Amino acid sequence: MRPDLSVLLLTTLIGAGQGLFLALFTVQLYALAGLLPPPSGHAFYAHGSLIALAFLVGGLIASFFHLGRPERAWRTAAKWRTSWLSREVIVLPALMGVVFLYGTAHLAGWTPVLATLPSGLAIDATLALGTAGTVLAFALFVCTAMIYACLPFLREWASPLTVLNYTLLGGASGFTLAAAFAVAAAPELTRFLAGWAFVLTLLGAVSRVASLIRNARLKPKSTLQTAIGIKHPRIAQKSMGFLGGSFNTREFFHGRSGAVLRSVKWVFLLAAFAVPLTLLALAGFGAPAGLLVAAFFVQYLGLLAERWFFFAQANHPQNLYYQAVA
Amino acid sequence: MTQLALVIDLNVCVGCHACVTSCKQWNTSGAAGPLADFEPYGKDPTGAFFNRVQTFEVGEFPNTQTVHFPKSCLHCEDPPCVPVCPTGASYKREADGIVLVDYDKCIGCKYCSWACPYGAREVDEERKVMTKCTLCVDRIYDQTLPEGERRPACVMACPTSARLFGDIHDPESVVSQAIRDNAGYQLMPEWGTHPANHYLPRRKTPMHIHEDELARTDNPLKVDGLLPKPAKSEPSLDDVMSW
Repeated sequence: MRPDLSVLLLTTLIGAGQGLFLALFTVQLYALAGLLPPPSGHAFYAHGSLIALAFLVGGLIASFFHLGRPERAWRTAAKWRTSWLSREVIVLPALMGVVFLYGTAHLAGWTPVLATLPSGLAIDATLALGTAGTVLAFALFVCTAMIYACLPFLREWASPLTVLNYTLLGGASGFTLAAAFAVAAAPELTRFLAGWAFVLTLLGAVSRVASLIRNARLKPKSTLQTAIGIKHPRIAQKSMGFLGGSFNTREFFHGRSGAVLRSVKWVFLLAAFAVPLTLLALAGFGAPAGLLVAAFFVQYLGLLAERWFFFAQANHPQNLYYQAVA
Repeated sequence: MTQLALVIDLNVCVGCHACVTSCKQWNTSGAAGPLADFEPYGKDPTGAFFNRVQTFEVGEFPNTQTVHFPKSCLHCEDPPCVPVCPTGASYKREADGIVLVDYDKCIGCKYCSWACPYGAREVDEERKVMTKCTLCVDRIYDQTLPEGERRPACVMACPTSARLFGDIHDPESVVSQAIRDNAGYQLMPEWGTHPANHYLPRRKTPMHIHEDELARTDNPLKVDGLLPKPAKSEPSLDDVMSW
């Protein structure tokens, strides 16, 4: 498939935004359980939510550039019963709203107790909003990934690993971003967040490498024989029916050589996993905190490369029909 | 339930592209507006087409067959392009099973084209919406046309009648009979899309000459074998005529 920059930006930006929000709420839960000192003041949550919101909005804006008719984008909420794309379009603004309210509630100190659990734990507004946001953030990971994983004949995508990758990679970049943000906003949380970022990046690396191994072993189900229904071992296309290109020759192929594809694979394995893991580990052992900012940017660029490779590697069966010009 | 479809006889198709040009002509002239063309007379012409004729070579030289293979939307009975559409612009008609795009609802996200394993959908780069074969829905129900012309433009244009059009759910229709009699098949059955369009395979057409084809068996008087066989010495026909 042809990687479209708008989709690469959409999936990576909202992934980081979701991850950052999950990191903020994780800190709140740990603080609630008394495992972490609560961050001083509400600026950490409020500003963090603002950054998460900025990433989500950035992703949404990028997605509009993918549409031929962006002015009709409001129609996309119609078919949520069948379309994962429609579901994503509903969940994304819902998450934005909750993130906005979560940040506002923290900023304004608006923490009315909504309910009290039998154990005596008070559920205040930020806790309720955070829980709702967590559910929505995970739902959004599933929706985004299922857009790709639900297409059975794009076999590189049609795997539970796709959902796992989107979740773990979004979470990893979000926690790295949270760690970088904590350097300025709550230095006492830096090591905690960097630790989780390390764990998530490591899990993401394992899951992404697993999907690389799976995809390398895929054998095509569709062949030229099933494509035109002629059972003969030797079939060669002599003409695709036109000399100039068409939508079919442009949309479904990345247009780069196999060597480029292989290099991008190594680039993203290094930039999205190896380098950030090293930087996060160094930061954990007391290296300058500025490394965490570098870790986020390297990892983000690495994830852009990862997403490019994700699209480029997917081989659409329609390409069987477009192999020879004349 | 009606499921309109095309049945394409690969044994008969000669690859003349008449169906391609007639399709383009009809669908670029319709109420939905022209199908975009870019640089139609330039070095790298491109544009939206609903129908293509491709050519494949089967076998190894010198034992090869050239197969011309027309490809358009197959109007799947379980179309994967329909449920993925977020706006409902892509839909399958209950009444006749035609898969259509509502150009006024389409947002041009191209997701349906990703979801079609056959590459049957093409974006119109000028209107910025997805387009595809409509089975000439604006032709086949047009009461102002003579009844014989209420067929898709490609079917009308085919000089060898390689394209049949009808309801594959009606067992007595011409398409159902053709599928039954000539082992009609579907493309990429492995994805469970159940394409409505079927293809008829190449068939061997050997020539058998039987004895009874040399003698006239349909002569009601059975006189072929009874004709006089005059000896050489007897008068020839000329001699008889000159009497």
